[in-house]
Amino acid sequence: MPWDRNQMAARAAQELQDGWYVNLGIGIPTLVSNYIPEGVEVTLQSENGMLGMGPFPYEGEEDADLINAGKQTITELPQTAYFDSAQSFAMIRGGKIAMAILGAMEVAENGDLANWMIPGKLVKGMGGAMDLVAGVGRVVVVMDHANKHGQSKVLKECTLPLTGKAVVDRIITNLGVMDVVEGGLKIVELADGVTEQELRDLTEATIVG
Amino acid sequence: MKKVYGSASEALDGLLQDGMLIAAGGFGLCGIPELLLDAIKDSGVKDLTFASNNAGVDDFGIGILLQTKQVKKMISSYVGENAEFMRQYLSGELELEFNPQGTLAERMRAGGAGIPGFYTKTGVGTVIAEGKDHKDFNGETFIMEEGIFADLAIVKAWKADETGNLVFRKTARNFNAPAATCGKVCVVEVEEIVPTGSLDPDSIHLPGIYVHRIIQGEHEKRIEQRTVRKREEA
Repeated sequence: MPWDRNQMAARAAQELQDGWYVNLGIGIPTLVSNYIPEGVEVTLQSENGMLGMGPFPYEGEEDADLINAGKQTITELPQTAYFDSAQSFAMIRGGKIAMAILGAMEVAENGDLANWMIPGKLVKGMGGAMDLVAGVGRVVVVMDHANKHGQSKVLKECTLPLTGKAVVDRIITNLGVMDVVEGGLKIVELADGVTEQELRDLTEATIVG
Repeated sequence: MKKVYGSASEALDGLLQDGMLIAAGGFGLCGIPELLLDAIKDSGVKDLTFASNNAGVDDFGIGILLQTKQVKKMISSYVGENAEFMRQYLSGELELEFNPQGTLAERMRAGGAGIPGFYTKTGVGTVIAEGKDHKDFNGETFIMEEGIFADLAIVKAWKADETGNLVFRKTARNFNAPAATCGKVCVVEVEEIVPTGSLDPDSIHLPGIYVHRIIQGEHEKRIEQRTVRKREEA
Protein backbone atom coordinates (compact mmCIF):
# COMPACT_ATOMS: atom_id res chain seq x y z
CA MET A 1 0.00 0.00 0.00
CA PRO A 2 1.43 3.40 -0.91
CA TRP A 3 1.64 5.93 1.93
CA ASP A 4 -1.27 8.29 2.45
CA ARG A 5 -0.84 12.01 3.19
CA ASN A 6 -0.40 11.46 6.90
CA GLN A 7 2.08 8.61 6.43
CA MET A 8 4.11 10.79 4.04
CA ALA A 9 4.10 13.57 6.63
CA ALA A 10 5.12 11.11 9.35
CA ARG A 11 7.99 9.87 7.17
CA ALA A 12 9.08 13.44 6.46
CA ALA A 13 9.08 14.13 10.21
CA GLN A 14 11.82 11.49 10.55
CA GLU A 15 14.07 13.94 8.69
CA LEU A 16 13.98 16.39 11.60
CA GLN A 17 16.91 16.61 13.96
CA ASP A 18 17.02 17.91 17.50
CA GLY A 19 17.71 21.63 17.70
CA TRP A 20 16.91 22.41 14.10
CA TYR A 21 15.10 25.49 12.85
CA VAL A 22 12.78 24.38 10.06
CA ASN A 23 10.36 25.88 7.56
CA LEU A 24 7.32 23.82 6.54
CA GLY A 25 5.41 24.61 3.35
CA ILE A 26 1.68 24.56 2.77
CA GLY A 27 -0.24 21.25 2.33
CA ILE A 28 1.25 17.90 3.38
CA PRO A 29 4.40 19.63 4.79
CA THR A 30 2.18 21.44 7.32
CA LEU A 31 1.07 18.02 8.64
CA VAL A 32 4.71 17.19 9.48
CA SER A 33 4.36 19.18 12.71
CA ASN A 34 1.89 16.53 13.97
CA TYR A 35 4.57 13.80 13.80
CA ILE A 36 7.68 15.39 15.32
CA PRO A 37 9.47 12.45 17.00
CA GLU A 38 9.69 12.18 20.78
CA GLY A 39 12.81 13.86 22.14
CA VAL A 40 13.34 15.97 19.02
CA GLU A 41 12.91 19.69 19.54
CA VAL A 42 12.50 21.76 16.41
CA THR A 43 11.57 25.41 16.04
CA LEU A 44 9.24 26.19 13.17
CA GLN A 45 9.85 29.33 11.16
CA SER A 46 7.03 31.17 9.44
CA GLU A 47 8.55 33.38 6.75
CA ASN A 48 6.16 36.25 7.39
CA GLY A 49 8.23 36.95 10.49
CA MET A 50 8.14 34.43 13.30
CA LEU A 51 10.20 31.68 14.91
CA GLY A 52 8.43 29.32 17.28
CA MET A 53 5.10 28.80 15.59
CA GLY A 54 2.39 27.38 17.83
CA PRO A 55 -0.84 25.52 17.02
CA PHE A 56 -4.11 27.06 15.80
CA PRO A 57 -5.84 29.17 18.49
CA TYR A 58 -8.92 28.09 20.41
CA GLU A 59 -12.10 29.54 19.00
CA GLY A 60 -12.53 33.11 20.18
CA GLU A 61 -8.79 33.58 20.72
CA GLU A 62 -7.87 34.34 17.09
CA ASP A 63 -5.62 37.38 16.69
CA ALA A 64 -5.55 39.22 13.36
CA ASP A 65 -1.94 40.21 14.08
CA LEU A 66 -0.80 36.59 14.45
CA ILE A 67 -0.85 34.51 11.27
CA ASN A 68 1.39 32.04 9.46
CA ALA A 69 2.67 32.24 5.89
CA GLY A 70 -0.55 30.56 4.71
CA LYS A 71 -2.43 33.49 6.33
CA GLN A 72 -3.99 31.15 8.90
CA THR A 73 -4.48 32.30 12.48
CA ILE A 74 -1.94 30.63 14.80
CA THR A 75 -0.54 31.05 18.33
CA GLU A 76 2.82 31.78 19.89
CA LEU A 77 4.97 29.61 22.16
CA PRO A 78 7.20 30.53 25.13
CA GLN A 79 10.27 30.67 22.80
CA THR A 80 8.56 32.68 20.05
CA ALA A 81 10.37 35.62 18.46
CA TYR A 82 8.95 38.06 15.91
CA PHE A 83 10.88 40.00 13.27
CA ASP A 84 10.33 41.79 9.98
CA SER A 85 10.29 40.25 6.49
CA ALA A 86 13.80 41.46 5.61
CA GLN A 87 15.26 39.74 8.69
CA SER A 88 13.12 36.67 8.07
CA PHE A 89 14.62 36.19 4.63
CA ALA A 90 18.06 37.19 5.83
CA MET A 91 18.01 34.11 8.08
CA ILE A 92 16.68 32.00 5.19
CA ARG A 93 19.17 33.34 2.63
CA GLY A 94 21.93 33.23 5.22
CA GLY A 95 21.55 29.46 5.62
CA LYS A 96 20.37 29.60 9.25
CA ILE A 97 17.28 27.48 8.54
CA ALA A 98 18.44 23.86 8.56
CA MET A 99 15.72 22.44 6.36
CA ALA A 100 12.64 23.29 4.33
CA ILE A 101 9.98 20.67 3.63
CA LEU A 102 7.78 21.64 0.72
CA GLY A 103 5.40 20.37 -1.91
CA ALA A 104 6.11 20.20 -5.64
CA MET A 105 4.48 19.88 -9.02
CA GLU A 106 7.63 18.35 -10.58
CA VAL A 107 11.13 17.36 -9.46
CA ALA A 108 13.96 16.42 -11.83
CA GLU A 109 16.81 13.97 -11.32
CA ASN A 110 19.33 16.81 -10.97
CA GLY A 111 17.33 18.36 -8.12
CA ASP A 112 15.48 20.97 -10.18
CA LEU A 113 12.18 21.91 -8.56
CA ALA A 114 9.00 23.32 -10.11
CA ASN A 115 6.21 24.27 -7.73
CA TRP A 116 5.01 27.79 -8.45
CA MET A 117 3.56 28.21 -11.92
CA ILE A 118 1.70 26.43 -14.72
CA PRO A 119 1.89 28.52 -17.91
CA GLY A 120 -1.53 29.43 -19.25
CA LYS A 121 -3.15 28.86 -15.87
CA LEU A 122 -3.81 31.36 -13.13
CA VAL A 123 -0.48 32.53 -11.75
CA LYS A 124 -0.52 33.45 -8.09
CA GLY A 125 3.18 33.94 -7.47
CA MET A 126 6.13 32.22 -5.91
CA GLY A 127 5.81 33.78 -2.48
CA GLY A 128 8.89 32.78 -0.48
CA ALA A 129 9.53 29.44 -2.21
CA MET A 130 12.42 30.61 -4.43
CA ASP A 131 14.19 32.19 -1.46
CA LEU A 132 13.70 29.09 0.68
CA VAL A 133 15.03 26.56 -1.81
CA ALA A 134 18.01 28.78 -2.62
CA GLY A 135 18.88 29.50 0.99
CA VAL A 136 18.13 26.71 3.44
CA GLY A 137 20.57 23.95 4.32
CA ARG A 138 18.50 21.03 3.07
CA VAL A 139 15.43 20.85 0.80
CA VAL A 140 13.05 17.92 1.18
CA VAL A 141 10.13 17.60 -1.22
CA VAL A 142 6.96 15.78 -0.18
CA MET A 143 4.52 15.02 -2.99
CA ASP A 144 2.56 12.31 -4.79
CA HIS A 145 4.76 10.28 -7.11
CA ALA A 146 2.38 10.79 -10.06
CA ASN A 147 -0.17 13.42 -11.03
CA LYS A 148 -3.87 12.75 -11.22
CA HIS A 149 -3.48 11.48 -14.81
CA GLY A 150 -1.01 8.85 -13.57
CA GLN A 151 2.01 10.60 -15.10
CA SER A 152 5.29 10.67 -13.19
CA LYS A 153 6.18 13.89 -11.33
CA VAL A 154 9.73 12.56 -10.84
CA LEU A 155 11.28 13.51 -14.16
CA LYS A 156 14.49 13.61 -16.15
CA GLU A 157 13.87 17.32 -16.67
CA CYS A 158 11.15 19.60 -15.35
CA THR A 159 8.67 20.83 -17.97
CA LEU A 160 7.27 23.66 -15.81
CA PRO A 161 9.04 26.93 -14.94
CA LEU A 162 11.55 26.29 -12.17
CA THR A 163 11.42 27.45 -8.58
CA GLY A 164 15.06 26.52 -8.13
CA LYS A 165 17.85 24.82 -10.05
CA ALA A 166 19.51 21.74 -8.52
CA VAL A 167 18.13 22.53 -5.07
CA VAL A 168 16.33 19.34 -3.93
CA ASP A 169 18.20 16.92 -1.65
CA ARG A 170 15.53 14.30 -0.89
CA ILE A 171 12.12 13.38 -2.34
CA ILE A 172 9.44 11.67 -0.24
CA THR A 173 6.46 10.41 -2.23
CA ASN A 174 3.59 8.02 -1.59
CA LEU A 175 5.83 5.24 -3.00
CA GLY A 176 9.03 5.85 -1.09
CA VAL A 177 12.09 7.98 -0.45
CA MET A 178 14.73 8.99 -3.03
CA ASP A 179 17.90 11.05 -2.81
CA VAL A 180 19.31 13.27 -5.52
CA VAL A 181 22.82 11.93 -6.19
CA GLU A 182 25.43 12.12 -8.94
CA GLY A 183 23.83 10.85 -12.16
CA GLY A 184 20.24 10.59 -10.95
CA LEU A 185 18.11 9.44 -8.05
CA LYS A 186 18.95 6.77 -5.51
CA ILE A 187 16.17 4.79 -3.84
CA VAL A 188 16.53 5.13 -0.07
CA GLU A 189 13.38 3.43 1.09
CA LEU A 190 10.14 1.94 -0.26
CA ALA A 191 6.72 2.53 1.26
CA ASP A 192 5.33 -0.56 2.99
CA GLY A 193 4.12 -3.04 0.37
CA VAL A 194 5.46 -1.05 -2.60
CA THR A 195 7.95 -2.95 -4.76
CA GLU A 196 11.03 -1.42 -6.31
CA GLN A 197 9.60 -2.25 -9.73
CA GLU A 198 6.39 -0.33 -8.96
CA LEU A 199 8.42 2.72 -7.98
CA ARG A 200 10.65 2.43 -11.06
CA ASP A 201 7.60 2.07 -13.34
CA LEU A 202 6.20 5.40 -12.09
CA THR A 203 9.55 7.20 -12.19
CA GLU A 204 10.71 8.90 -15.39
CA ALA A 205 13.98 10.05 -13.81
CA THR A 206 17.14 7.96 -14.01
CA ILE A 207 17.50 5.71 -10.99
CA VAL A 208 21.09 4.89 -10.10
CA GLY A 209 22.61 2.34 -7.75
CA MET B 1 8.60 69.58 13.86
CA LYS B 2 5.17 68.09 14.36
CA LYS B 3 4.69 64.59 12.92
CA VAL B 4 1.20 63.85 14.24
CA TYR B 5 -1.66 64.55 11.84
CA GLY B 6 -5.43 64.51 12.42
CA SER B 7 -6.49 62.13 9.65
CA ALA B 8 -5.16 59.92 6.88
CA SER B 9 -6.10 62.45 4.17
CA GLU B 10 -4.36 65.28 6.07
CA ALA B 11 -1.28 63.13 6.52
CA LEU B 12 -1.14 62.43 2.77
CA ASP B 13 -1.78 66.05 1.78
CA GLY B 14 0.76 67.22 -0.80
CA LEU B 15 2.42 63.80 -1.06
CA LEU B 16 0.35 62.10 -3.75
CA GLN B 17 1.08 62.30 -7.47
CA ASP B 18 -0.14 60.32 -10.46
CA GLY B 19 2.37 57.67 -11.55
CA MET B 20 4.24 57.50 -8.25
CA LEU B 21 5.85 54.43 -6.66
CA ILE B 22 4.44 53.54 -3.25
CA ALA B 23 5.94 50.91 -0.93
CA ALA B 24 3.27 49.43 1.32
CA GLY B 25 3.64 47.23 4.40
CA GLY B 26 1.58 44.19 5.25
CA PHE B 27 1.47 40.45 4.58
CA GLY B 28 -1.87 39.26 3.23
CA LEU B 29 -4.32 41.41 5.19
CA CYS B 30 -2.12 41.35 8.30
CA GLY B 31 -0.63 44.71 9.22
CA ILE B 32 -1.80 46.57 6.12
CA PRO B 33 -2.12 50.38 6.20
CA GLU B 34 -5.88 50.21 5.69
CA LEU B 35 -6.67 53.83 6.64
CA LEU B 36 -4.04 55.28 4.31
CA LEU B 37 -5.19 53.02 1.45
CA ASP B 38 -8.74 54.34 1.96
CA ALA B 39 -7.46 57.91 1.82
CA ILE B 40 -5.44 57.20 -1.34
CA LYS B 41 -8.60 55.82 -2.91
CA ASP B 42 -10.55 58.96 -1.95
CA SER B 43 -7.80 61.21 -3.35
CA GLY B 44 -8.35 59.82 -6.85
CA VAL B 45 -4.60 59.68 -7.58
CA LYS B 46 -3.93 57.19 -10.38
CA ASP B 47 -1.36 55.18 -12.41
CA LEU B 48 0.20 54.06 -9.15
CA THR B 49 2.90 51.41 -8.84
CA PHE B 50 2.79 49.50 -5.57
CA ALA B 51 5.68 47.53 -4.12
CA SER B 52 3.69 45.33 -1.77
CA ASN B 53 3.99 41.62 -1.00
CA ASN B 54 0.30 41.07 -1.83
CA ALA B 55 -2.53 42.94 -3.51
CA GLY B 56 -5.22 42.57 -0.86
CA VAL B 57 -8.60 40.98 -1.53
CA ASP B 58 -11.36 42.40 -3.73
CA ASP B 59 -12.86 44.69 -1.08
CA PHE B 60 -9.97 45.26 1.34
CA GLY B 61 -6.36 46.37 1.19
CA ILE B 62 -4.88 47.36 -2.17
CA GLY B 63 -7.86 45.55 -3.73
CA ILE B 64 -9.98 48.67 -3.19
CA LEU B 65 -7.61 50.66 -5.43
CA LEU B 66 -7.85 47.97 -8.10
CA GLN B 67 -11.64 48.34 -8.11
CA THR B 68 -11.23 52.04 -8.92
CA LYS B 69 -8.42 51.33 -11.46
CA GLN B 70 -5.93 53.57 -9.67
CA VAL B 71 -3.13 50.98 -9.89
CA LYS B 72 -0.98 50.62 -12.99
CA LYS B 73 1.54 48.09 -11.73
CA MET B 74 2.15 45.74 -8.81
CA ILE B 75 5.54 44.50 -7.58
CA SER B 76 4.55 41.49 -5.45
CA SER B 77 5.42 37.92 -4.54
CA TYR B 78 1.91 36.51 -4.29
CA VAL B 79 -1.35 37.82 -5.69
CA GLY B 80 -3.87 35.01 -5.18
CA GLU B 81 -7.22 35.62 -3.45
CA ASN B 82 -8.10 38.59 -5.64
CA ALA B 83 -10.51 38.08 -8.58
CA GLU B 84 -10.43 41.70 -9.81
CA PHE B 85 -6.63 41.60 -9.84
CA MET B 86 -6.67 38.51 -12.06
CA ARG B 87 -9.27 40.03 -14.39
CA GLN B 88 -7.24 43.22 -14.89
CA TYR B 89 -3.98 41.31 -15.22
CA LEU B 90 -5.29 38.82 -17.78
CA SER B 91 -6.90 41.64 -19.81
CA GLY B 92 -3.61 43.54 -19.87
CA GLU B 93 -4.87 46.54 -17.86
CA LEU B 94 -2.52 45.85 -14.96
CA GLU B 95 1.23 45.22 -15.04
CA LEU B 96 2.71 42.68 -12.67
CA GLU B 97 6.32 42.18 -11.66
CA PHE B 98 6.77 39.06 -9.57
CA ASN B 99 9.56 39.26 -7.01
CA PRO B 100 10.47 36.38 -4.71
CA GLN B 101 9.30 37.38 -1.25
CA GLY B 102 12.74 37.64 0.28
CA THR B 103 14.07 39.51 -2.73
CA LEU B 104 11.23 42.03 -2.40
CA ALA B 105 11.92 42.50 1.32
CA GLU B 106 15.65 42.90 0.71
CA ARG B 107 15.05 45.31 -2.20
CA MET B 108 13.12 47.53 0.24
CA ARG B 109 15.71 47.15 2.98
CA ALA B 110 18.50 47.90 0.51
CA GLY B 111 16.71 50.97 -0.86
CA GLY B 112 16.26 52.28 2.67
CA ALA B 113 19.92 51.63 3.43
CA GLY B 114 21.15 53.45 0.32
CA ILE B 115 22.21 50.24 -1.43
CA PRO B 116 21.32 50.38 -5.14
CA GLY B 117 21.85 46.68 -5.83
CA PHE B 118 22.79 43.40 -4.20
CA TYR B 119 23.51 39.82 -5.26
CA THR B 120 21.34 36.89 -4.26
CA LYS B 121 21.12 33.18 -5.06
CA THR B 122 17.34 33.40 -5.04
CA GLY B 123 15.93 32.82 -8.52
CA VAL B 124 19.16 31.72 -10.23
CA GLY B 125 18.22 29.41 -13.12
CA THR B 126 14.58 30.57 -13.14
CA VAL B 127 12.60 33.15 -15.14
CA ILE B 128 13.38 35.65 -12.37
CA ALA B 129 17.04 35.66 -13.44
CA GLU B 130 16.38 36.46 -17.09
CA GLY B 131 18.07 39.68 -18.18
CA LYS B 132 19.75 40.19 -14.81
CA ASP B 133 23.46 40.54 -14.15
CA HIS B 134 25.01 37.21 -13.07
CA LYS B 135 28.18 37.05 -11.02
CA ASP B 136 30.09 34.22 -9.37
CA PHE B 137 31.31 34.43 -5.78
CA ASN B 138 33.30 31.53 -4.31
CA GLY B 139 32.21 29.22 -7.11
CA GLU B 140 28.50 29.94 -6.82
CA THR B 141 26.36 32.02 -9.16
CA PHE B 142 24.29 34.96 -7.93
CA ILE B 143 22.02 37.47 -9.65
CA MET B 144 21.86 41.19 -9.05
CA GLU B 145 18.66 42.71 -7.73
CA GLU B 146 18.09 46.44 -7.33
CA GLY B 147 17.10 48.36 -4.23
CA ILE B 148 13.66 49.95 -4.21
CA PHE B 149 13.60 53.71 -3.76
CA ALA B 150 9.93 54.57 -3.33
CA ASP B 151 8.37 58.02 -3.58
CA LEU B 152 6.20 57.22 -0.60
CA ALA B 153 5.99 54.50 2.04
CA ILE B 154 2.71 53.71 3.77
CA VAL B 155 2.93 51.59 6.89
CA LYS B 156 0.87 50.25 9.78
CA ALA B 157 2.34 49.92 13.28
CA TRP B 158 0.84 49.16 16.66
CA LYS B 159 2.12 52.15 18.62
CA ALA B 160 4.07 55.29 17.88
CA ASP B 161 5.34 58.05 20.09
CA GLU B 162 5.05 61.65 18.91
CA THR B 163 8.53 61.53 17.38
CA GLY B 164 7.66 58.53 15.22
CA ASN B 165 9.42 55.77 17.12
CA LEU B 166 7.43 52.64 16.25
CA VAL B 167 6.45 49.40 17.92
CA PHE B 168 4.82 46.67 15.86
CA ARG B 169 2.74 43.78 17.17
CA LYS B 170 3.38 40.06 16.47
CA THR B 171 3.44 39.06 12.78
CA ALA B 172 1.92 42.40 11.74
CA ARG B 173 5.50 43.73 11.57
CA ASN B 174 6.29 41.81 8.34
CA PHE B 175 6.98 44.18 5.41
CA ASN B 176 6.12 47.30 7.40
CA ALA B 177 9.63 47.89 8.71
CA PRO B 178 11.51 47.47 5.40
CA ALA B 179 8.80 49.37 3.47
CA ALA B 180 8.99 52.28 5.91
CA THR B 181 12.71 52.70 5.33
CA CYS B 182 12.62 52.78 1.52
CA GLY B 183 10.24 55.72 1.05
CA LYS B 184 11.40 59.29 0.46
CA VAL B 185 8.52 60.10 2.77
CA CYS B 186 6.98 57.62 5.18
CA VAL B 187 3.46 57.95 6.56
CA VAL B 188 2.46 55.63 9.38
CA GLU B 189 -0.93 54.73 10.82
CA VAL B 190 -1.06 53.30 14.33
CA GLU B 191 -3.60 52.04 16.80
CA GLU B 192 -2.25 54.33 19.52
CA ILE B 193 0.00 57.38 19.68
CA VAL B 194 1.62 57.52 23.09
CA PRO B 195 3.47 60.45 24.71
CA THR B 196 7.15 60.71 23.84
CA GLY B 197 9.12 59.07 26.63
CA SER B 198 6.59 56.37 27.38
CA LEU B 199 8.09 53.77 25.02
CA ASP B 200 11.10 51.84 26.30
CA PRO B 201 14.02 53.02 24.10
CA ASP B 202 15.40 49.47 24.11
CA SER B 203 12.13 48.09 22.74
CA ILE B 204 11.61 50.33 19.73
CA HIS B 205 11.35 48.31 16.50
CA LEU B 206 11.83 51.18 14.06
CA PRO B 207 13.36 54.51 15.07
CA GLY B 208 11.47 57.69 14.24
CA ILE B 209 14.15 58.89 11.81
CA TYR B 210 12.35 56.85 9.15
CA VAL B 211 8.91 58.25 9.99
CA HIS B 212 7.64 61.62 8.77
CA ARG B 213 3.91 61.68 9.45
CA ILE B 214 1.75 59.69 11.88
CA ILE B 215 -1.96 59.20 12.36
CA GLN B 216 -3.94 57.26 14.91
CA GLY B 217 -7.17 55.48 13.98
CA GLU B 218 -9.56 52.58 14.33
CA HIS B 219 -8.55 49.47 12.37
CA GLU B 220 -10.77 46.71 11.08
CA LYS B 221 -7.86 44.21 11.07
CA ARG B 222 -9.65 41.61 8.96
CA ILE B 223 -8.66 37.93 9.29
CA GLU B 224 -8.10 36.17 5.96
CA GLN B 225 -8.05 32.50 7.07
CA ARG B 226 -9.69 31.92 10.44
CA THR B 227 -8.31 28.58 11.65
CA VAL B 228 -9.02 27.27 15.16
CA ARG B 229 -8.67 24.08 17.17
CA LYS B 230 -11.19 22.44 19.46
CA ARG B 231 -10.78 22.68 23.20
CA GLU B 232 -9.95 19.28 24.63
CA GLU B 233 -12.70 17.88 26.83
CA ALA B 234 -11.83 18.00 30.51
